[in-house]
Order: sequence, then structure tokens, then C-alpha cells
Amino acid sequence: MSVLRFDAVSYSYPGASRAALREVSFELEPGEFCVLAGLSGSGKSTLLRAAAGLVPHFHGGDFAGTVSTGGMDTREHQPAAIATRAGTLLQDPETQVVMTSVRAELALALENRGQRAGTVARAVEETALALGIAHLLERHTAELSGGELQRVALGCALIARPALILLDEPTSQLDPVAGDELIWQLHRLNEESDTAVLLIEHRLERCLAAADRVIVMADGAIACDRDPRGFLEWAARSEPALQTPGARLFEEVGLRPPPAGVKQARATLRASGLLGAREEPFARQQPAAPNAAPGGALPARSRARAARLYARLHGRRAGDPDGAPPALSMRGVWHELRNGPAILRGIDLQLRPGEAVVLMGRNGAGKSTLLRHAGDLLEPTRGSVQRAGRVALLLQNPGDYFLHERVRDEAPPEALQMAGLAGLGERHPRDLSGGQRQRLALAIVLGGEEPAAVLALDEPTRGMDRAAKALLARWLAQRAAAGLAVLVATHDCEFAAEFGSRAVLLARGRVIADGPLEEVLTGGWYFATETARILDGAAGSLAPEGAAELLRARRTARSASMQVAEAVRR
Amino acid sequence: MSVLGAARPLAYRRLASPLHAARGPVAGAYGGSLALSALLSEHPLVLGALLLAVLGAGACAGVGRQLTRFGALTALPIVTLSVLVNALVSRQGLTVFARLGDWLVLGQVNLTVEALVYGLVFGLRLLVVALACMLVVCAADPDELLLAFRRFSPSSALTVSLATRLIPVLGQDARRLAEAQRCRPDGGARSLRGRAALVRASVAGALDRALDVAAVLEMRGYGAPAGGRERHRARRSRHDLAFAASACGLTAMSLLAAASATDSFRAYPLLHVPVNAAVFGLCATLLLLALAPFADRRGIDP
Repeated sequence: MSVLRFDAVSYSYPGASRAALREVSFELEPGEFCVLAGLSGSGKSTLLRAAAGLVPHFHGGDFAGTVSTGGMDTREHQPAAIATRAGTLLQDPETQVVMTSVRAELALALENRGQRAGTVARAVEETALALGIAHLLERHTAELSGGELQRVALGCALIARPALILLDEPTSQLDPVAGDELIWQLHRLNEESDTAVLLIEHRLERCLAAADRVIVMADGAIACDRDPRGFLEWAARSEPALQTPGARLFEEVGLRPPPAGVKQARATLRASGLLGAREEPFARQQPAAPNAAPGGALPARSRARAARLYARLHGRRAGDPDGAPPALSMRGVWHELRNGPAILRGIDLQLRPGEAVVLMGRNGAGKSTLLRHAGDLLEPTRGSVQRAGRVALLLQNPGDYFLHERVRDEAPPEALQMAGLAGLGERHPRDLSGGQRQRLALAIVLGGEEPAAVLALDEPTRGMDRAAKALLARWLAQRAAAGLAVLVATHDCEFAAEFGSRAVLLARGRVIADGPLEEVLTGGWYFATETARILDGAAGSLAPEGAAELLRARRTARSASMQVAEAVRR
Repeated sequence: MSVLGAARPLAYRRLASPLHAARGPVAGAYGGSLALSALLSEHPLVLGALLLAVLGAGACAGVGRQLTRFGALTALPIVTLSVLVNALVSRQGLTVFARLGDWLVLGQVNLTVEALVYGLVFGLRLLVVALACMLVVCAADPDELLLAFRRFSPSSALTVSLATRLIPVLGQDARRLAEAQRCRPDGGARSLRGRAALVRASVAGALDRALDVAAVLEMRGYGAPAGGRERHRARRSRHDLAFAASACGLTAMSLLAAASATDSFRAYPLLHVPVNAAVFGLCATLLLLALAPFADRRGIDP
């Protein structure tokens, strides 16, 4: 019997003019790992909520058809009852914890179902061990990081050992390390306990290798339902925005079949003789400051001292070869909490006008705090921040910037024009799509009388599909080309590769790498694009387009050498 | 740890103390018995002993600093206000120590020793009750308290869960909104209209948050029928027994003292504050009962 069955399901939210789901029918078998893909607003989350019974019980609206979750008809059973068959994990970890301690949080679902105390205690221990969160059991939920909270929420969804787990973009707020760990845990769960998984994810390159099947939603209906390679072939023809970087790379070079992951891609390239020798890990990554004048081989502190001396001797500021003042300069910035840890530890960072800098690091590394210092929301406890002009700072939730009922009241017309929202002046800001809301918030922060010298963005791509990300990346690149210094904190390596010129990697409040993007994002496992992982970062290839040239050159060289060998043999 | 998450309100944190080692409902009953004892007695010496008992219990439980801070910042101003108001308003005392003349609406205002002492005693009582409640907040596991409460009234417990979860979430939302407004080139909601818009945005955000949390609770089975829930019968620890016995003892002693009028105190019309061996004995017993469970520090690691 299938664990999930949709039979001609149509659904409209209350008051909505168009249906969120249209005649959706599919079945999910026990042990299947299914990825639910699609652009924003295509109906993925609604489908997931229908599977959990929240649609229509919790949201109301017009519902037709049948959804059977674990053999339970969702029209006849409440979400609380359906939760015994299907665990659900939503996007925002903050709103998914209810209790004070992790142990109580894990126990809650079973206690609500009237399980015996011994059963609850055993399930809590086993779930915590399985997910690697046993060390968190006695911790206060308010003290947990985003990644830890998400794993606790996953534990809550799994504790009753459901046959199906439903996940709505569970990695969208996690750093690459925590995101990959979560997907790996889901894969292990799927392999070892035969739990079926239905996962919504925008960063498909992260999860396709683990998937058995991909369902694509478009405008509330199923547009494609195939295995990962079949899906990638479909995407190349019908919806290129859903292609993974690896698939785009193969398409550019004319290789087939498209790879569902790094391992498959490397195997195909190896078989074609296009894979170079593996370079020594981190060999390309030089921890030197990007603009350090002399002393490149010295330790960091000596290098900084030498750079300052060099600057004094040459009558200009360190890190600025053109003599123009930097748009933003941080010198020895510390942020230390009273009775708490130091969030930033002696940050030295300079941004030149027109530079597009990507700030990366794990959750809690200090990225958001650094941006708040840049935007003058926080004062350093030590060190100084100098700005050449206003810093337009866009924090994580664009909706927090909206005050008015109409788009045209939020920002001046020229700012709306620049953000490509000139035709949407009469719309309500909250009715805009995710990408449009982002651009409206950008128009607001950039729209003052004093032009901004720096544009700083904190995690601007949360919940965005690949098309919206590409649009934002192009827009940011244009702003940088116009002379604005752009500083973006992001977990999304693919997005970073689309517009950035320099990357700064933070760890525990310190800069651990600062250099050209091609150096920093090609040397590691986690902070690297899929293309870089496929090619071991050869020739600094981050994006499929650049890597395709390299592969074509390799192919030409290979065929030339083969021709020579053939000629010699004859 | 993020900067936003760094500021935390006064809240429960598991510490290595006998009171934290006791189960939430037991710790709650212990704090409740201290508060009840203060409500049952009016004698300043007994209330003083109870104040010492609460502060001593807080210190032994490792939350003494939080209690004194709360007392200084929140409870003491209210106590001072109650003393002032009672001294100005009460007309029942006979021993006048200051005549302040005619005060418009209040008329002739005479300050009496009795009104002042009654105000002080009332304030002291209020202080002990507030500190005993804070002791429960800081040392009784809220999850265990909620679990116990849910057996009696699931819907009320659901409301409490939602409210307790929403407070920190909405606090973070408010800080985020304030920061976003500071990032606007115009400085955000400075005008009256702007502030109204900000309030509207905050309310809309709060409703969204409430819906999110409610959906999660639903999926954790909170809406499931109450039937079939099993009562937890975990074995009682030595600290459960000690604090339960202490709570019973405190309640019994206070009831006995109230019934036998051992600690009878009268403020009006003239002060009557009996100071005798029985009162001292009662004070010593209450202190001993309250602090004795802290002597056993075995098995208290978090």
C-alpha cells in the first residue's frame, strides 16, 4: 500500500481567485525518496500541507479529491491524528519548538498520543542518538543555533517512527555544512529504516543524488514525475531554471546523461577522459588579504603591519591601490557580549567602490553581526568602522521594511524604477512575490536622498527559486558595475559565484580566508560550488559556463593527442 | 550565538541545585507554599523570616542574584508605592507623627505610625509573594509544570504553551522590525502615521507567527483527543520527597499559626505586635522547614 496517495486533488485558499492545486494525482511508495521541485508559487508547500492534513483542516478553503496519508483520508482525520503516520518539518526552525528543553520537545509528540513513560523515554534517547543530538537533550531550546533547532524539529517529526516524512525546505536557513548534514541524515534514515521522504528543496544539487524520484509542480499541477536523470533531461528542455549546475555543465559540453550528483558527474568525466588529476586540497586557497601590498608570505599580523607601513610610506591607505578611499573600512572590530562570548574578533575588512564581496561562514560565525556593524546598527566594543557614505543595509526579512499599503508609498519612483517595480505601484507590498518583495526592500534602502556608498545584504536568497536568484545576482552585478560596493552574507555558494568577485570566509568571529572568489570557493568540500566540486576547482572554475570552456579545451587536447598517437601508430 | 539571541529574559535554566533536581510540580508546590505562608501571616517578624527563607532558598538554588535583581528592580518600587499610598490614604491610625495639612481631594492628611507600619507589612508580604513566584519561575521546570497542568485542562495548557512560545518569538520579531526601520533612509516610523503603520505590521506579523506555532502544535498531536493519555509515574527522587515534605510542613505550620492566632498582628487603631517565644519559634521553624531540603546535595547535577 502506498504511504501517500493524491487522487485528483484540487484546492483553493479562502478568498483566492486561482487554485493552488489543480487535479493533482500521484502515489508515493514506502521507502521512496522523492524531491518536490518547482518555481516559487507553483504549489509545492500547499501540496505538502495537504499531505499533512493542514489543508484544508487548518487553512480552510475549497478542497476536492482525496488525499490518503498512511492510509488515513485527510478529510476524515485531523492533522494531529495524521501526524502519527507522517512527520512534518517546516521551513522556519524558530516556530517549530514549543517546549523549554530539547528532551521535553522530543517527548511532547508521544506524550500527546498517550504513550507510556518508558516508551517515551526510550524513543527520546534513540531518536537523539540517531540524529546525533544526544548532547543537546538537556539544553534550553532558546540557546540552540538554527541548525541545531532544525535537527531537533526533525527529531520531533521522526520520534513516532512515521512511515513518511514531509519536509518543506528544511535547509533554507542552514549553512552549507548543516544543510548537507541534514540531507545526509534523511538519506540514512531512508536507507536504514525504509522511511519514505517527500522533500521540497530549491537547491536541487544538494539532494538529487539521494533521491529516487523528482516531482515538478508548475502552476498547481504536476509537470514532471521522473527519476532524477529523467527530470534533468526534462528540465533541460522545459524548465532550464530547475537545472542543477552539474547538468548545465554537461549540457554546455554536450555530455550525456546529465549527472544527479558530483559522484555521477565525475564518473562520466573520468570515463570520457576529461577529468584531470586531483589537486592537493586547499592548495589554491591562499589566506592572504586580497589587497595586501607587500609581505604576502608573512603571518597575518606581520602582513597587516607591513601593509600599514607600506601605506604610510606611499601616502595612501592600506588596501587601496588607486588612492581612492575605501567605501567601507573595518579595523580591528570586536563585538563582545557582556557576560557572553566575543561574536567578532578583530575583523579587518575593506571594500572598494564597485567591489562585490561575498561573506560566508557557518551559522553563528558572525556574518550578520558584521553586517550590522557595517550598517551602523551596532557599535564595536573595540576597533573602528569608517564609511565613505551611507550604507544601505537589507536584513534577512524584506517584509520587515514595509510600512504602507501600496508599493508606491514605500520608495521614491526612481528607486522603484531601478528595482524594476515601476509597474507595480498600486499593489500591496505583501501581495508581491518573494523576489519582488526583495527588490522592493532594496528600493527602500537605496531610495534615500543621500546616495548609498555600500549595499549590504543579509541572506537575500532565503526561499528564492533559482530564477529569482539569477535575477537578483544580475541586478547586484549591475549595481557593483555602477560603482556601488556590494557586501552580501550568504550560504548559497552557487548564488555567490554568479555575482561576487571576492569572498570572505568567517569562523567564530574571525576572517579565515579572504581572496578572489575563485580561490576561496574552489578549495573546500562545503564552501564550494557543485562545478568546483566536480572539477576539483580546476582553473578556478566556479560556474558551469567557465568550466565548460575548460572541458572543451581538454577534449580538444585529448582528441589532438589521440590523433598524434594514431598517426604515430600508423 | 547571535546578537539578537543574546538578550534573554529572566527564565528557567537547569542548574546544579537540590531545588532544580526536584520535579517541576514539586518545585512549584514548594514556591507556592512559601507564597501561601506569606499570605496567611501578617506578623512582620514571620514575614521577615519568610523573606529570609525565600532569599536563602534562591541563594541555595543558585538564583539568588536573579531574585535580588528582580526584587530591587520590580518588587521594591511597588512596595514603596504601597507604603506611600497607604500612609497618605489610611485614616484608621491614632498615633500621628506628621500633619501635612489640606491636600485638595485627599482633604486633611495626617501620617500615622499605624498606617506606615501597615503599609510596610503589606509591602513586605507582597515582596515575599512576588519573590516566591520568581523562585518558581527560575527553578521549576516549566515543561514538567505544563505537563502536569495539561492533565487537568488541556485547552488552558495549549493556550499557555502558545503564549509562552510566542513571547520570545514576538520579542525577536519586534527587535527585527525595529532594526529594519532604522535601516530605512527616512529612519522609519517617526511620524504618528508611520508608528500606526508599524503597529499594524507588528500585529500582522504576530498573527502570522501565532498561526505558524499553532500549526506546529497541531502536528505534534496537541489537538488529539485527551483520552488515553497515561500519567507519568516516574520514581520520586530524594529531592522530590524533601521539597514535597517541606511544602507540606510550611503549609501546615502556617495554617496552624493562623488558626491558633500565634502570629496575630493588628495595625489599627493602635499597633499590636506580639513578640514572644511562640512567634520566634514559628519563625525558626518556617526557616528550618524552608531551607532544610537544601542540605542534601547528592545527585543534583543537571
